[in-house]
Amino acid sequence: MSTPTAASAPTQTEPTAPAPRRPANRVRALLAAVGAQNLSLAAALVVVMAFFGLRNSAYLSLNNLTVISEAVTISGLLAVVQTVVIICGALDISVGSQAGLASVVSAMVFTRFGGSPLAGIAAAVALGVLVGVVNGLVIVYGRVNPVIATLAGLAAYKGVAQLISDGRAQGYVLGNDLFIFLARGKILGLPTMFWILLAVAVAIHLLLKSTDIGRNIYAIGGNDTAARLAGIKINKYLISVYALAGVIAAIAGILLTARTGSGQPTSGSEGLELKAITAAALGGCALKGGKGGVGGTLLAVALLGALENGLTVVGVNAFWQNVAQGTLLVVAVVIQQRRSGERAVGLPT
Amino acid sequence: MTTPAAGAGSPVQGDALRVEGISKRFAGVQALDAVSLEFPPGQVTALMGENGAGKSTLIKIINGDYLPDAGRILLGDEPLALHSPADARRAGIRIIPQEPEIIPHVSVAENVYAGALPRRNGRFFDRAGLRRKIRADLDRLGFAGVLDPDALGSRLTAAQRQLVEILRALTTQARVIAFDEPTSSLTEHEVEALFALINRLRAQGLAIVYVSHRLREIFRLADRIAVLRDGTLVGVRAAADTGESEIVRMMVGRDLSTMFSRQHAATDRVVLDVEQVTTDDVRDVSLRVRAGEVVALAGLVGAGRSELARALAGDLPIRSGEVRVEGKAVHMRQPADAVTAGIGLAPEERKAQALFLSRSVRDNATLAVLWRLRRLRFIRRAAERKVAREYTDRLRVRTPSIEHEVRKLSGGNQQKVVLARWLARKPKVLILDEPTRGIDVGAKAEIYHIIDDLAAAGVALLVISSELPEVLGLADRIIVMQGGRVTGELSRQEATEEKVLALAMADDLTAETSPAGGTP
Repeated sequence: MSTPTAASAPTQTEPTAPAPRRPANRVRALLAAVGAQNLSLAAALVVVMAFFGLRNSAYLSLNNLTVISEAVTISGLLAVVQTVVIICGALDISVGSQAGLASVVSAMVFTRFGGSPLAGIAAAVALGVLVGVVNGLVIVYGRVNPVIATLAGLAAYKGVAQLISDGRAQGYVLGNDLFIFLARGKILGLPTMFWILLAVAVAIHLLLKSTDIGRNIYAIGGNDTAARLAGIKINKYLISVYALAGVIAAIAGILLTARTGSGQPTSGSEGLELKAITAAALGGCALKGGKGGVGGTLLAVALLGALENGLTVVGVNAFWQNVAQGTLLVVAVVIQQRRSGERAVGLPT
Repeated sequence: MTTPAAGAGSPVQGDALRVEGISKRFAGVQALDAVSLEFPPGQVTALMGENGAGKSTLIKIINGDYLPDAGRILLGDEPLALHSPADARRAGIRIIPQEPEIIPHVSVAENVYAGALPRRNGRFFDRAGLRRKIRADLDRLGFAGVLDPDALGSRLTAAQRQLVEILRALTTQARVIAFDEPTSSLTEHEVEALFALINRLRAQGLAIVYVSHRLREIFRLADRIAVLRDGTLVGVRAAADTGESEIVRMMVGRDLSTMFSRQHAATDRVVLDVEQVTTDDVRDVSLRVRAGEVVALAGLVGAGRSELARALAGDLPIRSGEVRVEGKAVHMRQPADAVTAGIGLAPEERKAQALFLSRSVRDNATLAVLWRLRRLRFIRRAAERKVAREYTDRLRVRTPSIEHEVRKLSGGNQQKVVLARWLARKPKVLILDEPTRGIDVGAKAEIYHIIDDLAAAGVALLVISSELPEVLGLADRIIVMQGGRVTGELSRQEATEEKVLALAMADDLTAETSPAGGTP
């Protein structure tokens, strides 16, 4: 009897004093919208930057921050699109090889067509679509597990890139204005590459959060049976998502060409899949699918970039950075699984 | 047929398994309420009850899968603390599930002793020892010649898989064996062999628990029959002193007539026309559902009803035959085709097949209509919220807000969210597979009301249910299936539980009356 009266008392007082409570509620709502995951990433980013900034004052200079942003663009693009793939409940570990292939193709077509940058870019993007669709078809219709299918792609696409390039850097693109602009240009004082990453990230964020396509992608990753029975054509979606991964990987490859000045079959693109998956997992994408977002991934990309640059600035051996990255990936997933409360029995699901 | 005297006369040692005051509650549903029951050694105690009566919960508690909220379990006079199936196993309690876990690529012998394979010289696998051991055990237990110890797990029939599971139990000194619907996937011949085996186990003094829906089996096999209803024990009868009609009365018990108030809305306009549809699981099924009509698909578990539903929803391939909606043939390659044609399916396993548990009520409710709520591919948030509110209000989904995670709702409210999704889509045909499974009585009544309203609004409804009172109370027409075929059709007026059951077990009956029907 006493409980209902006690419960009704605060609701009665509430209308009399709403003003002082509102800002607190706003802050809480904002915190809820940002999410604990993103907040801890942001905190980690601040800690990392403060740590290296104190050790070396040049670390926090605008110049070095620009360097960091340029360095993370290529892996950042792949991480953003990996986010979409992982939300579907799938994985694409061939993105690095796809970028390498696109890099070679863009430079070679550029050279072959008498220095036409658009021909090179168009060829690379078209190839990206093709490779992505092949990945999707193998997975959906060949019934091959995404990890295995794209592991095969990781090897095969790298091989194709090496075959057509003879294993060497191809062409020279930095005589061309567009490639120079991509590599070294600035818009509003910030590197072109940074703007490209930002544009792709915003576009994919809107796709995921504001369109029915995005909602269906979350649904497929969350419960594919339920999505299927609700009338979502999941085969079409999965193939399209892999095609999107192909396109973004191609853009990453083109930027790689611009940055290095020529088409690179392997150097610069090897290991990018690891960075992309690490960033997505660290950014809060559930590897089971159905959960995650571009915001978290971008924060994780920034964190990884700041860490990598910082370690270089303070002179840590580059080999250690591989160790650090592998460790981070495992730690990110362990934290994720702990939070989901999965029982430690047999193989994880 | 059963001779309780034999059980009493043979020297029975062993202990009774007793449960005392066992209660178990799941989110909003009292699955078991202070159930006390004894399973004496050397006797077969049958556990009966409708779906949702609490049989499986009780079995799972005995097996250590669930911890009871209250009450205790004793074997003899010794109280047991069962925190896991391993604990139950150690105490000598074994459950033989419907579909035992069999390791496919190893032999029967290795399957039987999996986890405790014979070894020699430390960790080396003792192949010869394994062979000696399985031979000895097969002889001792009277399985010699029934089961080839070298056969691969993947080659075993359903009956042989159960034999392997029984062997696992017997080779680890089981004192209590519980069978959970063991005959649902067995042929008649295999059922006979199983019964012979159970009789032998009884004679050896094991306490046997037997869960089944099949009355005829129960009366052939059981010494005692315990009936559960809505989580409480209705009573225990000696099989010799009771009859089928008393048991059915005990199972159904409550007066359900008030829960079903149907307005007559059936029209003559055929909406769903299924003609001679054959899939991998059902053969030659033809049925029609008219606008405003509720047609129930009745039958035993495994009759092919859910498989038919999934085929009609485009999720399982149709090998031959045709499905028409409002006279137009639907070519179904995937569920999207069925949805486009106006067929919606609320599947059997709500959580696994219909819901996105960690997403909001709004996300779940609007999934099938997002395409209608967008402008230039961008979702109009206000319109989306409006749709979600409209349908969750109409179905009285009890949730703090439409942004609440579906995971946190009760089973009944979760089911209403699934229904809201389809109502928003305005389907012509709605297929509901076990729409009230695992939800409490109050929510059930609300679901019945929703079904009635939908029929009144002209939707053609096909409802699959294993609960006979529900079938009889809801349906304008009842179509009964067995073994993937339609075995009969009953109108609301002529249908009784007995008639539906007779059709659901049509093959069993014809096998007894006419030898021609029973060729295996």
